[in-house]
Amino acid sequence: MSIDNSTVKKVALLARIEIQKNDEAALIDELNNIIGWVDELKKVNTEDIEPMLSVFNETMNMRKDNPQSNYTNELILKNSPENNAGFFVVPKVVE
Amino acid sequence: MTDFSSLTITSAINGLKNKEFTSQELVQFFIEKIKQNKHLNCFITHTFEQAIDMAKIADKRISAKNHRMLEGIPIGMKDLFCTNGIKTTAGSKILENFIPFYESTVSKNLWDSGAIMLGKTNMDEFAMGSANTTSFFGNVINPLKSFSNQKKDLVPGGSSGGSASAVSSGLCLGATGSDTGGSIRQPASFCGLVGLKPTYGRCSRFGMIAFASSLDQAGPIAQTVEDAALMLQCMTSFDEKDSTSSRNEIPNYLDYKNYRLKGKKIGIPKEYLIEGLNNEIKEVWDNCINWFKSEGAEIVDISLPHTESALPTYYIIAPAEASANLARYDGIRYGFRQKEKDLKDLYQKTRGLGFGKEVKRRLMIGTYVLSAGYYDAYYLKALKVRKLISKDFEEAFKICDLILTPTTPNVAFPIGEKQTDPIEMYLNDVLTVPASLAGLPAISVSSGFNKEKLPIGLQVIGKPFDEISILGAGNAIEKLRGF
Amino acid sequence: MEYYIQGEKNKWEVILGLEVHAQISSKSKLFSVASTNWGGEPNSQVELVDCGMPGALPVINEYCVEQAILTGLSINAKINKMSIFDRKNYFYPDLPQGYQISQFEHPIVGSGYINIDCEGKKKKIGITRLHLEQDAGKSLHDQNEENSYIDLNRSGCALMEIVSEPDMRSPLEAAEYVKKLRNILKYVGSCDGNMEKGNLRADVNVSVKLKGEELGTRCEIKNVNSIKFIQQAIEYEAKRQVKILESGDEIFQETRLFDPNVGETRSMRGKEESHDYRYFPDPDLPPLIVTEEKINELKKTLPELPDQRKNRLMIEFNLSSYDAEVIVNDKDVANFFEKTVEGRDSKIVTSWVTGELFSFLKKTEKNIKASGISPLKLGELIDLIIDGTISNRQAKEVFEDYIKSTESAKIFVEKRGLIQVSDEQEIENLINSVLQENPKMLEQYRNGKDKLFGFFVGQVMKVSKGKANPKVLNELLKKILSN
Repeated sequence: MSIDNSTVKKVALLARIEIQKNDEAALIDELNNIIGWVDELKKVNTEDIEPMLSVFNETMNMRKDNPQSNYTNELILKNSPENNAGFFVVPKVVE
Repeated sequence: MTDFSSLTITSAINGLKNKEFTSQELVQFFIEKIKQNKHLNCFITHTFEQAIDMAKIADKRISAKNHRMLEGIPIGMKDLFCTNGIKTTAGSKILENFIPFYESTVSKNLWDSGAIMLGKTNMDEFAMGSANTTSFFGNVINPLKSFSNQKKDLVPGGSSGGSASAVSSGLCLGATGSDTGGSIRQPASFCGLVGLKPTYGRCSRFGMIAFASSLDQAGPIAQTVEDAALMLQCMTSFDEKDSTSSRNEIPNYLDYKNYRLKGKKIGIPKEYLIEGLNNEIKEVWDNCINWFKSEGAEIVDISLPHTESALPTYYIIAPAEASANLARYDGIRYGFRQKEKDLKDLYQKTRGLGFGKEVKRRLMIGTYVLSAGYYDAYYLKALKVRKLISKDFEEAFKICDLILTPTTPNVAFPIGEKQTDPIEMYLNDVLTVPASLAGLPAISVSSGFNKEKLPIGLQVIGKPFDEISILGAGNAIEKLRGF
Repeated sequence: MEYYIQGEKNKWEVILGLEVHAQISSKSKLFSVASTNWGGEPNSQVELVDCGMPGALPVINEYCVEQAILTGLSINAKINKMSIFDRKNYFYPDLPQGYQISQFEHPIVGSGYINIDCEGKKKKIGITRLHLEQDAGKSLHDQNEENSYIDLNRSGCALMEIVSEPDMRSPLEAAEYVKKLRNILKYVGSCDGNMEKGNLRADVNVSVKLKGEELGTRCEIKNVNSIKFIQQAIEYEAKRQVKILESGDEIFQETRLFDPNVGETRSMRGKEESHDYRYFPDPDLPPLIVTEEKINELKKTLPELPDQRKNRLMIEFNLSSYDAEVIVNDKDVANFFEKTVEGRDSKIVTSWVTGELFSFLKKTEKNIKASGISPLKLGELIDLIIDGTISNRQAKEVFEDYIKSTESAKIFVEKRGLIQVSDEQEIENLINSVLQENPKMLEQYRNGKDKLFGFFVGQVMKVSKGKANPKVLNELLKKILSN
């Protein structure tokens, strides 16, 4: 499996990461090396093996339906690069 | 000022209790030391003022004989743990100015035990690295040097490199780390320390910035097994804020002192004798086998047949989880934002500029292995191999009580090495990753030195929730290693 | 009646499947303790998970799990003993984690069905699955020219997504399906069904095909939030598709939005350019295990459902299928009916509920709860009819005023002098004076024009101002005229 230019573009878009033009070629090489390396796994026989979703094998803790209010609006917005009137602000989303 | 350089957590606790010195004196000493060793770049943020305030409280409690387990003990906190009101960066530009308004459970547990924070320790960006060379805040330097080349700076290992370097250079008495594929054990090994990764689920992950959620575990980095046990005792808890927090009863970890190797079966996995395992490390491993024999342990040859597949498996699963865990860093609610008029530009530039190279590389890999058409071939396949790896351990533990292996294939290397090929860097974790994938507790204890006087760590892997046995075996190594 | 779209060339069948998103009426969110209250200040009901803070972890709300199971049971579905939460990855400003926690391959509820009544015909609509997921936050686009504003109060609220089979064939069937489903949810109490608040909304999958042909390409109309709009959107969309197909073009599978202002659907391209959600199991959440015991326990608490209630009402109160249906269609109305009918004649109560009461509710655009009418209020009025104090007609005339008044029926009637006249002598006097005043009519009647009987009744009623007891009047009139 080889990762080409268009795959990198597609993946970068999915991951929302801008790749600098200068870095692109090197990145493609690195990714190909890594993918080529993990491709080794294909040799492992996994027939009839269940995927391991978690090493945690206790039942999941559930909480009761008791609402709490631990953080004020100010705290929630405190670290935001831009906010106004209690809202987070982002460039216009076009729908 | 009194020189506290030789103190351990245990001896400091005694000194404080016996009024030989105060916590404030202790804290003052370490603050000075940190100031003198800024070149090691162990800390991203200093919290000296808070430390002094906390020390005053500790001294009061000690005089009132109301002290807690780690009362007045200055430690470093890996900058992966969110600390209320104190900048927490995960070593990334994207969280450069992030100030949490909540406290991670692990750090809270430590403060509730009386520990004092000197600062937030440097780390590989989002814990992705094995040399502490990926931090936005610069490389961390290992205080140890090669005997024949005292000028060359060595890596402290990673990702908890700041914590390991700080403890090794005596800038604090102990420090927290987090281990996803070896990030506690490997730097502990490189810096001549004890590092313990508990069973998955033993320490709460709440407030610990996620890298790969199914693998991440907090743990202590300390000078001695006893110190590590004390810290572990204070870090662990059942936490209802973490759905993967274990309800297993937490034992008294100091009970490791009653642990005896006599009659125990120690498994030696043949697959860990990998190509590229440094000879001097192999020698230390062999030595340890003999020490254990001399203590009456039975050495059992075991096989963990899928060991070879562990690293590729890890490098699918961890990046896949990371690709989702790090999606929240989008410049909208906190952290770095590259201001743009178009939302998509904002996302892409914020993340393009906010993340470092290694993080971006792994996010790309993680996104790729989950994407349509590749999920089954990579991600699902990796989950199945993970099962096989886990089964290997289950089988092995039917015939042995503990598994003894080297921690790393090599000792600490110069900064700048292994930088060209990511895979070469990844190979550092080849011996630590299998236990991570299986969620097992593992400890690295410094067990010898190479000719260059660089420390060599050995790893003891235990059954789930059997931290006491690995501490016990680690303690045996400390006693038998002869230094 | 079979529904089809008549194109220029052909008759086209419409194939419809619905994904209904129902917000669970829990007090706190699915994975966080934040309140779900509606209408709070922006970003005031937000916990760490809801705004994707670093280190935040989800912890599931047991109540939401129970509601999903109860809903599953009420749609005749299989409850899966093990279900898994997955991350659905995409970037959007109102999706703070960068992924939505949902269920993909292993939903909590498997296949089931509900029965709908459509123009008197029963139809079984298959349900593919029901799963739990987080709601997103809210983006406001109209506040500002250049920016969108994000409110995360809704972020993380618990949704049940209920996916139907493509079993519906007309806008009316789709409407009946949503009505029925909404009714079931309200009976179970898992969702308040409020479409105006967006607590229940539907994505409608529309495709068209010629009879006997394979299913066509479908388009998904997102987030339609009223039953009327669902019907309008389907009609528009089906016609649009027919037009495209008849002109020889192909349908492009896509997501569309319905604009109720113009009654059209339009493409949402742009948002959905990359459709790769990279679902994978959320490592923060272990599998959700539901025991047989738990299911049985919940089964016992399951309330009577609309279909069961309808049958019971038909048997217990001798209601027609139609009356029973309209009564159970609204749980509150059904409750109202049952309280009112207690100790009263069911026929008269039914006619009052489905007659005067329904038209009053329709006229005032209120539901029974909001109207403030109590069963006692209506019941007292009906009691006066039954005991002959007032006539049915009188009651109807004053119904609205009576509802608006705070008086008891008895006092209301007394105050307005509405008491029915049943005294035979009094009525006989009235009859005689009416007959004297209409000699011609009387003659015609005696000559065989029987129909005039009604005229005399009407006249007597008129002079009695409606107070004459119709029964007594009828009997007396008959007697007098036959003399």
